[in-house]
Amino acid sequence: MFVNNSGIGAPFEGEVRIPSGCAVSAIIDRSGKTMTGEKIIRSIATMHDRSNGLGGGFAGYGIYPDYKDYYAFHLFYNDFQARKATEDYLIKHFEIVYSSEMKTRKVKGIWGEPIIYRYFLYPLSKRLTNSLMDEGQYVVKCVNSINADIDGAFVFSSGKNMGIFKGVGYPEDIGKFYLLDEEYAGYAWTAHGRYPTNTPGWWGGAHPFGLLDYSIVHNGEISSYDANRRYVEMFGYKCSLQTDTEVITYIIDYLIRVKKLTLNEIAKVISASFWSTIDEKSEEEKREETFLRKAFPSLLINGPFSIIFGFDGGIMALNDRLKLRSMVCGEKGDLAYVSSEECGIRVIELNLDRIFAPAGGVPVIYKLNEGVNA
Amino acid sequence: MATYIPEEYEVVRNYDLCTNCGACEKQCANCVHKFNKAANKMVADSSKCVNCHRCVCICPVHALKIVKSQDVYRNNCNWSAQTMNEVYRQADTGGVLLSSMGNPNEFPNYFDKILVNASQVTNPPIDPLREPMETTVYLGKKDAEIKRDEKGRLIDTLSPQLKLNMPIMFSAMSYGSISYNAHESLARAAEELGIFYNTGEGGLHKDFYKYGKNTIVQVASGRFGVHPEYLEAAAAIEIKMGQGAKPGIGGHLPGMKISDDVSATRMIPKGVDAISPAPHHDIYSIEDLRQLIYSIKEATQYKKPIIVKIAAVHNVAAIASGVARSGADVIAIDGFRGGTGAAPTRIRDNVGIPMELALARVDERLRQEGIRDSVSVVAAGSVRSSADVVKAVALGADACYIGTAALLALGCHLCRSCHTGKCNWGIATQNPELVKRLNPEVGYKRLVNLLTAWNHEIQEMMGGMGINSIEALKGNRLMLRGVGLNETELRVLGIKHAGEDI
Amino acid sequence: MVIEIDEKTDFRTLNEKIRASGDKAVLLNGCIGQRYIATGVSEKDITVHGTPGNALGAYLNGGNVYVYGNAQDATGDTMNGGTIVVHGNAGDATGYAMRGGKIYVSGNTGYRAGIHMKAYMDLKPVIVIGGRAGSFLGEYQAGGIIVVLGRHNDGQPIINNFCGTGMHGGKMYLRCDSLPKSIPTQIRAEKVCGKDVKELKDIVCDYCRYFDADAAELLDASFFVLTPNTDNPYKRMYTNN
Repeated sequence: MFVNNSGIGAPFEGEVRIPSGCAVSAIIDRSGKTMTGEKIIRSIATMHDRSNGLGGGFAGYGIYPDYKDYYAFHLFYNDFQARKATEDYLIKHFEIVYSSEMKTRKVKGIWGEPIIYRYFLYPLSKRLTNSLMDEGQYVVKCVNSINADIDGAFVFSSGKNMGIFKGVGYPEDIGKFYLLDEEYAGYAWTAHGRYPTNTPGWWGGAHPFGLLDYSIVHNGEISSYDANRRYVEMFGYKCSLQTDTEVITYIIDYLIRVKKLTLNEIAKVISASFWSTIDEKSEEEKREETFLRKAFPSLLINGPFSIIFGFDGGIMALNDRLKLRSMVCGEKGDLAYVSSEECGIRVIELNLDRIFAPAGGVPVIYKLNEGVNA
Repeated sequence: MATYIPEEYEVVRNYDLCTNCGACEKQCANCVHKFNKAANKMVADSSKCVNCHRCVCICPVHALKIVKSQDVYRNNCNWSAQTMNEVYRQADTGGVLLSSMGNPNEFPNYFDKILVNASQVTNPPIDPLREPMETTVYLGKKDAEIKRDEKGRLIDTLSPQLKLNMPIMFSAMSYGSISYNAHESLARAAEELGIFYNTGEGGLHKDFYKYGKNTIVQVASGRFGVHPEYLEAAAAIEIKMGQGAKPGIGGHLPGMKISDDVSATRMIPKGVDAISPAPHHDIYSIEDLRQLIYSIKEATQYKKPIIVKIAAVHNVAAIASGVARSGADVIAIDGFRGGTGAAPTRIRDNVGIPMELALARVDERLRQEGIRDSVSVVAAGSVRSSADVVKAVALGADACYIGTAALLALGCHLCRSCHTGKCNWGIATQNPELVKRLNPEVGYKRLVNLLTAWNHEIQEMMGGMGINSIEALKGNRLMLRGVGLNETELRVLGIKHAGEDI
Repeated sequence: MVIEIDEKTDFRTLNEKIRASGDKAVLLNGCIGQRYIATGVSEKDITVHGTPGNALGAYLNGGNVYVYGNAQDATGDTMNGGTIVVHGNAGDATGYAMRGGKIYVSGNTGYRAGIHMKAYMDLKPVIVIGGRAGSFLGEYQAGGIIVVLGRHNDGQPIINNFCGTGMHGGKMYLRCDSLPKSIPTQIRAEKVCGKDVKELKDIVCDYCRYFDADAAELLDASFFVLTPNTDNPYKRMYTNN
């Protein structure tokens, strides 16, 4: 799957580390009402100049209500052999409830697309029991082995009742390519327009990056990459794409799933306050933040970043502690917006109840209202 | 037939400048200078000169210099003058050759073949003069369990930690090997800088208990001065398993250096040799190390981090893994260039491996085994500048020990004659006349100056990389590139060659 | 305070209990390998029934420890004060680097007893071994007194090989008719006489108070005293380079 489709002889993605600048955007309707992808496409399109046509993508939450108990796998295939090998693997490990080629349309500016398939699946219970892993670990392990072992196959989305759609091109073209404005409706959407610095672009390398229900869109090149990578790799993660987004996803997954920290606590690890700032806080906060910094020094994400983390039931926006990247949040009734630039919000909602730029290191968390089921 | 060994260095006096003031004569404990009445001028016996530069520095009219002697043996690429002289010395005395300070020979220095990254365009450098730049490091185990109280608040479950304001500490130098004033300078500087100095294995002088919060005490095989109050007084306790300058052997502090005060501190009689056996005789296997670590933890009620210092040897990664699994909170790895107050020349110059390679392998091995956060790693053995510190941290160190650099700040000129006990700079001596030449008031300020400058330089280099917290530099090997290193060296160091993409 | 122990008791819990107890006297029953008992303790009387684990009384700084059973390795490691009495044998490295206090063993000790023992001012450690001692007894001894009584020597030499290697301080008293072989050259061995007679008598009487033994009978025998003949055994070993 490591296709170099530009013919310019640049290295394949995943073989080298690719820092990139970007635009990010997100919308959530906290009442749980769903919307098509039309708004998020308009939002990210407004920030066209923050992308360079080498990658765009979206994550939609609540988009598969009819299959919400099944893992939705989105796959890129280079060819029929890859598809055959992958389906043989899937049949051995999962019950496949539904599978089909993903519906796309021809859009000017999108070319070189792989074969794209979607599967709704559930782990085979005997396999799962024998694996001695919990369900999440089992699914992640299967995703990793397809991506690592089957030549020309790449799972780019694997959560329940959510899906990632991405490719090489400007994000608004990618959105239309996948018919997000017509075929899908979700309560939350995130979007990403990519500006990679040294890659011809690869469909799998576009963002969001996903792991089960988690998705990350991210802007900025972090300086702590290798410190972070070498730390999380101790816990079984393999940063094969060598992107910041990938390592950030693993860090958050580790802190949530393994360490059972809350989102607010995670923000205090990855975007920790300066020691001098911590010193001025209340005893209670000082105790908590000092402990978190002392316990997870290697998970501090240093350098510029703004991220939007999507999860089942909400989104979290977070800036680096120096706030070296721009990010704006807006609210209108149950609707909440996050965008790299204010225009990305105003274009879809001119009259906001509130608009603000979150401080560096302070997470903004928008969750579905109490009692709302996604 | 005692061989005459020509002097390596010659004292050259400019008689146009010399005023016969006699300062050089008074200052030289090796009795190089004296006044020749008949000729009415100062003369020098270069054969006694150790090239410590004390006279050169002290001469009020700058009339002195030391030059390399022109006297040479017949040129021979295989038998250097040094090698020949060593044979003569041993033929004369039958003795084991004894040297001081770190290995001076030409071995590759890997720090000098590593270059550091800086940000351009895609992410921004940070200006340390305007923006916060954190060099604070906590040493200790990080593998805390996440536990919450009844209100759901996080509980601090971390083992005891050492807080350093910068990732640098003074390495172990015993009272006995260095002077009281040198120790006082180190202790006071550590206190002012918010870091730690290390007593070495010579016990803790009663005057220095007040610096306990900034003191690491050592438990070595000789157990000199080790007793419950000593352990209690310290911020952390270091078990010395080995030393980079002399891996695999113990140490002998000769009786002549056991002054009244040194005797009281080591708690051994005056004038009696202080012998440290090569091994700890309660540690003949890795599980015994665990026994000693926990006996100290029991004695100090688990309130203090335990550091285990090992010499960098061929199998250092596996050894470090064993140490990490034995309950150590911190591992110090001492490379083969590390200094010493006295070591057999052959050991110092031929045993052990470079710290850079050892550090890289230890860090990587601990990560492969998933236990890197159960222990902190301190790199030692010739950390000569802030750039070495930055490179060591990026290779994976949590902090560095400096010894020789600290002594240089106190006046040492690396004459490598510590074992003679006649240090003209008042550092490696117990002679009261010489000791008082080192004024601790001045000494501690020079140490503070040195490390304040280094810390600023570390911040500058971090800022250039777009990093504002030293944590984000630790193990960040993509920030390093090798120059002129072969494939094996690059693989061991875990870095790419300069010019290779990220 | 009485603490009942079994093989499930972990040392950390046990030692915390001992430290936390306000009682001076602590009795441990059923001890089975728990390490670090009385480590760093200074003012307790601890009686142990069973088999205490390694590093019993390490850094002991005062008080008394009585063991009814055999002690394992590294008993009294780096001990600074107090008394350890073992009604049985003690393992390897008994009294390693001890600087003060007294260890009385009714039976035998393993290898390296009293190794690197030292003395300073009024701190003068004593180890009395009722039976035989293993090899390397008093290696590097720099001070203090080691007495080997050989009460039940089974016909074997009361010390094994390499006794006193590198000894540069202190004394060893050996109760035997002829000097064992392999005493290194830097050690002077003489029949006990003069001041030493009184010193030895006091130590043997102390020993007899703890164990059922007759001091007069023990003292009515030939004793050798071993002392180093130099404070600086390695002075001539090196040449400046």
